[in-house]
Amino acid sequence: MITFSDKQLKIPNMQRPVYLVTGGMSKFGRAFPGTRTEELVIDAMTEAAEFIGMTPAKLKEYIHTCYYGHFADHFGDQLLGESVIHDRLGLDPLGNIGIKTGGATGGSTLWEAYKTVASGYSDCVLAMGWERMDEVPTDEGNSLISCAADKDWETPMGHIYTGYYAVMAQKYWQVFGKEEASFRRTLAEIAVKNRGYARMNPHAQGPMKITVEDVLNSPVVAYPLLALDCCLMSVGAACGILADEKTAFEMCDNPLRIDVTAGSHTLRVADRRDMEIPLLPNETKEQYADLGERFPGGDRYPGFTGFLAARMAAYYAYKLVGIQDPTDDLDLVELHDAFTISDIQSYEDIGIRPYGEGRTYVESGDCFHTNPITGEPGKLPANISGGLIGNMHAVGATGIMQVVEVAHHMWNRWGEMHGSQEKWDKFGREKPADWKDMQVKGAKRGLAISHAGVGSHVTCTILQHPDHLLKGGE
Amino acid sequence: MKVEHLASKEEDEKRGTVKVVNGRYKPSGLFHYISLNTPIKDENGTLMGITNPRDMTYIHSYGGEAVFFEGLGKGKLIASRCDNPDCVTKGSIYMPFRIHCPDCLAKNTPVDITDRARGGNVHSFMITERTGAFNTLPTPIKFVNVEFEGVCTILMGALAVGEPKMDMKVTPIFRTGDPQYIITDMLWVPVGTPADQLPEHYTF
Ligand SMILES: [Zn+2]
Repeated sequence: MITFSDKQLKIPNMQRPVYLVTGGMSKFGRAFPGTRTEELVIDAMTEAAEFIGMTPAKLKEYIHTCYYGHFADHFGDQLLGESVIHDRLGLDPLGNIGIKTGGATGGSTLWEAYKTVASGYSDCVLAMGWERMDEVPTDEGNSLISCAADKDWETPMGHIYTGYYAVMAQKYWQVFGKEEASFRRTLAEIAVKNRGYARMNPHAQGPMKITVEDVLNSPVVAYPLLALDCCLMSVGAACGILADEKTAFEMCDNPLRIDVTAGSHTLRVADRRDMEIPLLPNETKEQYADLGERFPGGDRYPGFTGFLAARMAAYYAYKLVGIQDPTDDLDLVELHDAFTISDIQSYEDIGIRPYGEGRTYVESGDCFHTNPITGEPGKLPANISGGLIGNMHAVGATGIMQVVEVAHHMWNRWGEMHGSQEKWDKFGREKPADWKDMQVKGAKRGLAISHAGVGSHVTCTILQHPDHLLKGGE
Repeated sequence: MKVEHLASKEEDEKRGTVKVVNGRYKPSGLFHYISLNTPIKDENGTLMGITNPRDMTYIHSYGGEAVFFEGLGKGKLIASRCDNPDCVTKGSIYMPFRIHCPDCLAKNTPVDITDRARGGNVHSFMITERTGAFNTLPTPIKFVNVEFEGVCTILMGALAVGEPKMDMKVTPIFRTGDPQYIITDMLWVPVGTPADQLPEHYTF
C-alpha cells in the first residue's frame, strides 16, 4: 500500500489566470514524403494567426517563450529537433525548450506554457507540438517506440510497446468487461463513432463510415483488441497560444480560460503497487467498498485496470477549477482513445463514470454528439474531432490538437474551421456529401486528456468561457 | 528458438566487444558499419529525400542491477527488498529488481526468490503476432504478467510453452546454457511442463 502526503496532494494555486488565445493545426496523415516537418509546423502556426485575423509576423511579436512538444527524436535522427523548428519559425532570441512525455507530450507542452504565463515570466507563450513517424520502416518504428518502455526489462521482449500495454486491456476486458460480447460491441461503438466523426474533419487521417460488425470482423491485433480498435500513427503539427488576461484580450475578443494539470505513474506496468483509490469530488469511499465483489479481481487499485496518472491529473484539475461532476459541469471532452478499451478506462479515471461502469457512458448515448437512443444532443460528447482513432495521433501534437478542437466548439467556430470547402480542397480531401456541422451548441466548458503509453504521464486541460467559470475551486 | 535476420556467427565475431579495465570502458573491434545513402525519388524521378543507413552498437551499464541479470544465467531469480527499519514500506520485495527502495531510497537487499517464483500466478497476459525490428522472441509472443506471494509488484515475462490463461500457475525457466544476460534469459512455462519441452539452452 502506498500513500501520498498532503503536500503532494496540494491543489495548484496559480498567480494569475491564463487564457487560450488561438490555436492551429496542419493536415494529418500517415506520411508526407514531400513535406518537411517545418512546413507542417508553419501551417499550424499560420492557421493560429489567421484564426484571430493576424499575420504570422504579427502573432510572433506577442510571443515571449516557446515550448516545443516532440516525442521521438530517434525517428528523425536529429537531436535538438526543437531548435531546428524554433529557427525555422524565426523566433530568435526567445527562450525555448523541448518537452517529451511520450503520448502526453502535447498536453505537457501546454502544461509548461500555462505555468509560464501564470507565473508572470511571460505574457504570451507558444506551445507547438509535432511528430514525424513516417521516416523509418514500420517495424523499426515499433522498435524505436518500444525504447520508451524500460530498456532492460521490457524492450527486449518483442520490441513491441503495444504488447506491454495490451496486458492491461486484457485485464480490464476480463475483470470489468467480464468477457461479455455486449462489452465487445460497446468497444466497437467507440471505434465506429470516432471514425465517423473524423469524416467531418478535413484534418483527419482516418475517416471511415463503418459499422460495429466491421470493427468486430477486423483482424485481431491482440485479443480483445482488433485492428479497428487501435489509434492511428500520424504525422502533423498543432499549436496553441497562451496569454495573460490583458494580453489575451488585446490579441482577440474572446479568449478562453485555460488550466492544465498533470499526474504520473510508473513507467513499467510491473511496478504498480496497491493503493487506495484517490477520490474525485463526485465519489465516495463507500461506493467502492464492494468493487471486488461486483467485479472479481477488480479490488486491486490501480492494478492493471486503472490509470493513476489520469486520476491524479483530474484530481488536481477538478479541485483547481471547481468541477464537482465532470458530466454535469462540462459540455464536451476530447479523450486519449489510443485504444477503444483505454478510452473506457479513462471515463472511470476522470470520474465521468465510477470505476467498473465506464461502458455505460457509451451505452447511455451520453458520449455521442447526438444521443442515438434519444435523438437529443449527447450529455457530454466525446472526441468529436475523431480522436486518436479517427483523426490522428501525431504524438507531440495530439494533446494540443485536442485542446484546439474543444476550443473551436467554445468559440462557436467549429463549423467554419471544419466545413470550409477551401480547407478540404487545400488538404486534397473530398468533403463528404453528408458533411454535418458538429458544433456543440452553447459549449461553455470542455476538457482534454493527454496520456502517455501505459500511463506514465497524463495531463488534464480544462477550458472555460470566462463568463461561465465554475465556482468553488479550492 | 529461431530468429529471423539474426546476424551470422562470423558477422557477430567481427562486431566490437567491450571490457571494463581500471574503471573505464575499453571497446575493441568494429562498432559501426558504414553504408552509403541512397536517393528517394517519386514516380517522375523527382528527388524527395535520401536514406540514412546507420548501424551502431550501444554500450549499456547494468550498475546495481547486474546481480539480477547475472543471476538469470545461473538459474536464479534475484529480487530486492527494503530493509530500512525506518521505511514506511519496510520489508517490501520488488520484482522487477529495484536497486533502491522507491519510498525511502535506501539501498535494497538482493533476495533470491527463485523458489517462491515456482508457482507464480498469471495476473494478465496477451498474445501478439506483431513485433518490432530486432525482436528475438518467437512469434506469437505470449506475454504473461506474473505475481508472486509476498512480492508487491507484478513481473512481465513471456510464456515459452502452452497457452496463457488468467490465474494459471507458471514457473520460471532460465537460459543457463549460453546466457545472453538480458531479460529474455528468463521465460515462463506452465507448472508441470516436462523438461524435454523447454526451448534450447533453457533449464528450470
Ligand atoms: Zn524503503
